[in-house]
Amino acid sequence: MNVVVCVKQVPDTESVIKVKPDGSDIITDDLKYVMNPYDEYGVEEALQIKEKFGGSVTILCMGPSRVVETIRTGLAMGADKAIHLDDPALEGGDAFATAKALAEALKGIEYDLVLCGKQAVDDDLSQTGQTLAELLGFPHASLIQKLEIADDNKSATVHCQVEGGLAVLDVSLPAVLTTQKGLNEPRYASLPGIMKAKKKPLDTKDLAALGLSADSVGCAGSKTIITKMTPPPERAAGKVIEGEGPQETVPKLVQLLREEAKVI
Amino acid sequence: MIFKLTDDQEAIKTMVQNFAEKDLAPYVDEWEEKEIFPKEAFKKIAELGLFGLTCPEEYGGTNMGSLTSAIIYEELGKVYRAMSYLSISNLVCFLIYKNGNEDQRRKWVVPLAKGELFGGFALTEPNAGSDAAAVQTSAMKKGDDYVINGSKIFISAGGEADVYTVVAKTDKTKGAAGASILVVEKGTPGFSFGKTEKKMGMCSYPTRELIFDDCIVSKDHLLGDEGKGFRMIMEALDGGRINIGAISVGLAHAALTKALNYSKERVQFGKAISEFQGIQFMLADMATEIEAARLLVYKAAYMKDQGLKVTKEAAMAKKFATDMAMRVTTDAVQILGGYGYMKDYTVERYMREAKVGQIVEGTNQIQRVVIARELLR
Ligand SMILES: Cc1cc2nc3c(=O)[nH]c(=O)nc-3n(C[C@H](O)[C@H](O)[C@H](O)COP(=O)(O)OP(=O)(O)OC[C@H]3O[C@@H](n4cnc5c(N)ncnc54)[C@H](O)[C@@H]3O)c2cc1C
Repeated sequence: MNVVVCVKQVPDTESVIKVKPDGSDIITDDLKYVMNPYDEYGVEEALQIKEKFGGSVTILCMGPSRVVETIRTGLAMGADKAIHLDDPALEGGDAFATAKALAEALKGIEYDLVLCGKQAVDDDLSQTGQTLAELLGFPHASLIQKLEIADDNKSATVHCQVEGGLAVLDVSLPAVLTTQKGLNEPRYASLPGIMKAKKKPLDTKDLAALGLSADSVGCAGSKTIITKMTPPPERAAGKVIEGEGPQETVPKLVQLLREEAKVI
Repeated sequence: MIFKLTDDQEAIKTMVQNFAEKDLAPYVDEWEEKEIFPKEAFKKIAELGLFGLTCPEEYGGTNMGSLTSAIIYEELGKVYRAMSYLSISNLVCFLIYKNGNEDQRRKWVVPLAKGELFGGFALTEPNAGSDAAAVQTSAMKKGDDYVINGSKIFISAGGEADVYTVVAKTDKTKGAAGASILVVEKGTPGFSFGKTEKKMGMCSYPTRELIFDDCIVSKDHLLGDEGKGFRMIMEALDGGRINIGAISVGLAHAALTKALNYSKERVQFGKAISEFQGIQFMLADMATEIEAARLLVYKAAYMKDQGLKVTKEAAMAKKFATDMAMRVTTDAVQILGGYGYMKDYTVERYMREAKVGQIVEGTNQIQRVVIARELLR
């Protein structure tokens, strides 16, 4: 089984995100970056598949040179090699433009399975995996929490999280699956892993190597544009409902939930 | 001079930090409070390769070198001071790797480096603390065996560790020159464990007495030559002292972080206490001292990695960093006021934990003896 894991570098989930005064983007100066947490499940699952069936794990990551650190994290966890898509023209793309570049990168290589995180925790679009599957013409399943590859490596059974339950699907391979929390417990990179990561093959591709035109990817090739970013409104202070015991407070609470919060 | 970590060191630091925050931090209070030796956590640490810092890959180690090790211990110290036990197991691993023959390396170094076995280091005795040459435990040659008699006290992870490097006199007529190191495994007949001490801090690993009563080990358990024990220990201790320094830097950093955050939130006289210059000066001094200690530790480690003699530098780093951690943790308690004295706020634990650094691996008086001896050479 050869598995490709699409990995995105995102601001550390504990970062304080500030928006530029003109609203065009966030301020990235002091941000610490990490591997998108949902992608970590993908890397872990790929490594487990390799441990079971053999084969290889490839990290595919798009972004400026800083993302190499995240790629190395994947390699240090145990992936065998990596492809880095690095070109200024690729920047600022939406899920569609990103999927397009990823799909193009996948053309030259052999694989049986592509794993993506169910969403990236920076823009939370939750679309790249599905779009990628469409562009590749492969089946896909989202929010997988369990993955069983058939012994002949031709199909897989996946458990997907659905509203209020679980959908069990059989998919033929190759397929694109997006990973959800609960799938596994991602390992840490070990010391030997970190030391070996640098020696593993890392193939950097620019737009020319991908064979794509600048207007088909990145900001120019996107179907959506970000017109403005604003920080979320400050949270208003909580309300304390005063009164003697539940007899008094509960009716007040119900009234507020109905009339103010409008949730019941 | 370049004050910059390598990419690998940065990656290792991040990994250890993530691990410490997720897999250690949430549990440390409970381990310390209930005196639980977190074997499972140590097993996880073993999987990361941290038990083999001092021996090469061919023996299951990761041979990280002193500076990278210091960075690791600093990160661990930020969350869990008692992780200094890891330094002891690594020290045992190093002693056997450095002085052992091939069979001994295969038998003990490989499993120690992988963390399948835990190490213990047994030097101190009731009448031999700082004056280590006064050890009375004896190991007398009898045919192809050694017969060990005596007792050791204050042994970290006593009872939990599997393999002990025991310092014993093979020649009772001599002082330091009569001391040798023998490897003794838990379960050897005649080797038992005595009293577990009640401690001021670092309660999550036992500190215990080892008792040797006609304990017989084959001569294959002797490391190197008879009478060379102290030379081996001195060499190993340079590394150990740098590690204690590094852990203390991490501990002090944790205390400063708590004090800093608290000072910004605590309001008295209508403003955050961080706005009082009296508090600001304390914070500034704490930060400065931490930085100074970190540099001493890193420099000693760097020199060691260059193959230079670091006896003096390691002693300076250990002394300064552990004294610094005592002051900084004490000030952190002060900044938190009455809350700092309460267990819920953790800084009192830091203060208790800082104290041990000034005592172990050679008290800070002994570090001065070492530094002065090097100066007056
Ligand atoms: C938590 C903990 C864990 C430990 N773990 C281990 C372990 O794993 N293995 C092990 O072998 N030991 C261990 N020890 C023992 C430790 O190494 C000794 O306690 C330490 O070396 C000091 O010896 P002592 O307690 O006998 O003090 P002493 O040597 O009796 O010292 C008492 C005081 O006299 C001072 N002093 C002594 N000699 C001089 C001098 N020449 N000049 C000036 N001042 C001097 C000392 O600095 C100290 O202040 C541990 C101790 C503790 C507290």
